[in-house]
Amino acid sequence: MVVAFDEMGSSGDSCRPGYEVLKRWLESTPPDLLTTRRAEAELLFRRIGITFNVYGDEAGEERLIPFDIIPRILTKKEWSVLARGLEQRVKALNAFLADIYSKGEILRAGLVPDDLIYRNPYYRPEMAGLKLAHDIYVMIAGIDIVRVDPDTFYVLEDNARTPSGVSYMLENREVMMRLFPDLFAEQRIAPVENYPDALLATLKSVAPRSASSDPTVALLTPGPYNSAFYEHSFLADKLGIELVEGRDLLVRDNVVYMRTTEGPKRVDVLYRRLDDDFLDPLTFRPDSALGVPGLMSAYRAGNITLSNAVGTGVADDKAVYSYMPEIVRFYLGEEPLLQNVPTWRCREPDALKYVLDHLPEMVVKEVAGSGGYGMLIGPTADKKTIAEFAAKLAANPDDFIAQPTLALSTSPTFVDSGVAPRHVDLRPFVLTGGDKVRIVPGGLTRVALKAGSLVVNSSQGGGTKDTWVLDA
Amino acid sequence: MLSRTADNLFWLARYVERAENTARILDAANRLAAMPIAYAGESNEWESAVAATGTLGLFKSLGKEATGESVVDFLAFSADNPSSIRSCLERARVNARTVRTALTTEMWEAINGAWLGLRDFNRLGDRVRLNAFLTYVKEASLRFDGSAYRTMLRNDAYFFSGLGSFIERADNTARILDVKYHLLLPEQESVGGGLDFFQWSSILRSVSANTAYHWVYRESVKPWLVADLLVLNEQLPRSLSACYGRICEFLDELSLAYGRQGPAQRVARSTRNRLQNATLEDVFQGGLHEFLTEFIGENSRLGQAITDQYLA
Repeated sequence: MVVAFDEMGSSGDSCRPGYEVLKRWLESTPPDLLTTRRAEAELLFRRIGITFNVYGDEAGEERLIPFDIIPRILTKKEWSVLARGLEQRVKALNAFLADIYSKGEILRAGLVPDDLIYRNPYYRPEMAGLKLAHDIYVMIAGIDIVRVDPDTFYVLEDNARTPSGVSYMLENREVMMRLFPDLFAEQRIAPVENYPDALLATLKSVAPRSASSDPTVALLTPGPYNSAFYEHSFLADKLGIELVEGRDLLVRDNVVYMRTTEGPKRVDVLYRRLDDDFLDPLTFRPDSALGVPGLMSAYRAGNITLSNAVGTGVADDKAVYSYMPEIVRFYLGEEPLLQNVPTWRCREPDALKYVLDHLPEMVVKEVAGSGGYGMLIGPTADKKTIAEFAAKLAANPDDFIAQPTLALSTSPTFVDSGVAPRHVDLRPFVLTGGDKVRIVPGGLTRVALKAGSLVVNSSQGGGTKDTWVLDA
Repeated sequence: MLSRTADNLFWLARYVERAENTARILDAANRLAAMPIAYAGESNEWESAVAATGTLGLFKSLGKEATGESVVDFLAFSADNPSSIRSCLERARVNARTVRTALTTEMWEAINGAWLGLRDFNRLGDRVRLNAFLTYVKEASLRFDGSAYRTMLRNDAYFFSGLGSFIERADNTARILDVKYHLLLPEQESVGGGLDFFQWSSILRSVSANTAYHWVYRESVKPWLVADLLVLNEQLPRSLSACYGRICEFLDELSLAYGRQGPAQRVARSTRNRLQNATLEDVFQGGLHEFLTEFIGENSRLGQAITDQYLA
């Protein structure tokens, strides 16, 4: 396997720009102190109650996501390249969604195959022909970025439905500032604490035209049993908006209200963290007890903004992802600033043949999968697993894409054996409002804590780090 | 605020209050049970402790015999008892987690910390551990109250959680007094023996009013004065009168904030008026037990009125 690019610099005296202060600090800090600090960090997290629920794990009802106390650093220059690329990408995603739910020009131009859209489980016919306020579908995007060398960042995934993780970005920073005030005093690190402010401004900017000048925003959660409930309540609190469940809302004459101690109160914008399927039992799954009957008719009447819009899942499908370079060129007339990971669409016979021939070197993903489930990582899989996967793949090639196994960059991480390089990715959050695009510098860095592992998902043993964008 | 949030806050405060009251009742029973029979009397202290928490029916339906061990387990830890200290703290924590946004960080940490610490007290082997546990619960409740008092905005969230605390507290005080009085005073004549002293002190202890009694009355413990203190004395924070003073305040604040009054305000005010106008003679004339039974009923009607008016 290729030696991965380390963001602090490979062993010895060399040090990459941005990491000078940290490297000096790591060298002069005894491991005992790091251990103490890590314990303090864990105590802080537990006291604040930042936990997540792992599905299918009865014993650990609530767990902490492991937190690594060594920050991951990006220079201002690196970040500005990323930020421009992210803004471009999300603009294209929004234009694409507006197009496929109206005229479908990109399909008529033959750039993206029809059936990939219309037969996609996340395509919502209910959205066809519906004019959204400001034409924005994805107000909140989480774009997963990986890095393979000093100059190459790839987009690994676009999360255009209900991306999570931003609470960790915010809490990680709070904890780091409490534990390592000296490191913050020694260098200028761009703040992230304005994210809730930026999010609220974004949500208010997309309110329906019929809303008052100070629209009422609420966050719709599936409830305390959802794995991301902590984040929902955290964000509602930071934004100063009500955290509502479906049963707190009612629809009357196509207007959405919440039940309050003073009677029904109108809601204009719902930041919903509930999947499309569960939103409205009258339109989608009739067995949904989490949703609000009549919500979709209020939506169609233009009396409520849902953020993100219904039907955005079609844009973060992994097969559609493979067309992103064309999508960027088609709508913006620009070359994409951020590259895709080279991707084989198994639905294409030639690609399928190549993938089947090279399975041990590839990462194969389900097009509609998430959370690191249902994927094959060729280099670490045994023969039996590969053979089984090959059969699944051959039976339903449309459901899969394949990518080469990337040597993801590493970042120094404090593990049992001391400070060692571990693979990382980055999820920056891009906010698109009716007025402008807002991106808080940095994002959530996820780290695969097991040596050599490339899987950073929290549900599979990944941890998080604070992400520093140096502002100098 | 959301009706559901208000409902959660109201019950969160009630659970915390109930946990503390149960801890005090256990504490008092534990002291009394440790005394020689010549001082404490022959009544089953443990059974009356269960009765004072209003769960005697459930306890008996589980086929249990009231011994120190079974009662400590039932009131402190049992999952079968929805009012056990453990159940209360667990439900308080579930409620708190659901309404995180309506709590201050300090309040959340008080509840979450109390819940986390429960693990250290799964089962109790000895009395030293029991004492440590009861102290732990009382401190957790004080921390919750204190953080609410010091950190919450004085808005509807504060008023609903305050209503929960005081309605629960009034209910508990009335029950403790009723059960003990009933038990100790089958006939008026037996009052005044040396035996009673410890029993009456134990009532005072279970509402943390032992010292207060002596400051107010400056004489030895007399049953009717204990009743006076716990029912009518406005200065004692756990007396029915004091609880209703606060309840009316919170309801007035709510009607002020929302710009209208309702049944809850009327029910509360009428109970308060009755308490304010009553004299000790009136109370005993009609029978203390009858008075307290009626009070418990009215108090629970107020809880229902608040639910109908705001929380549904």
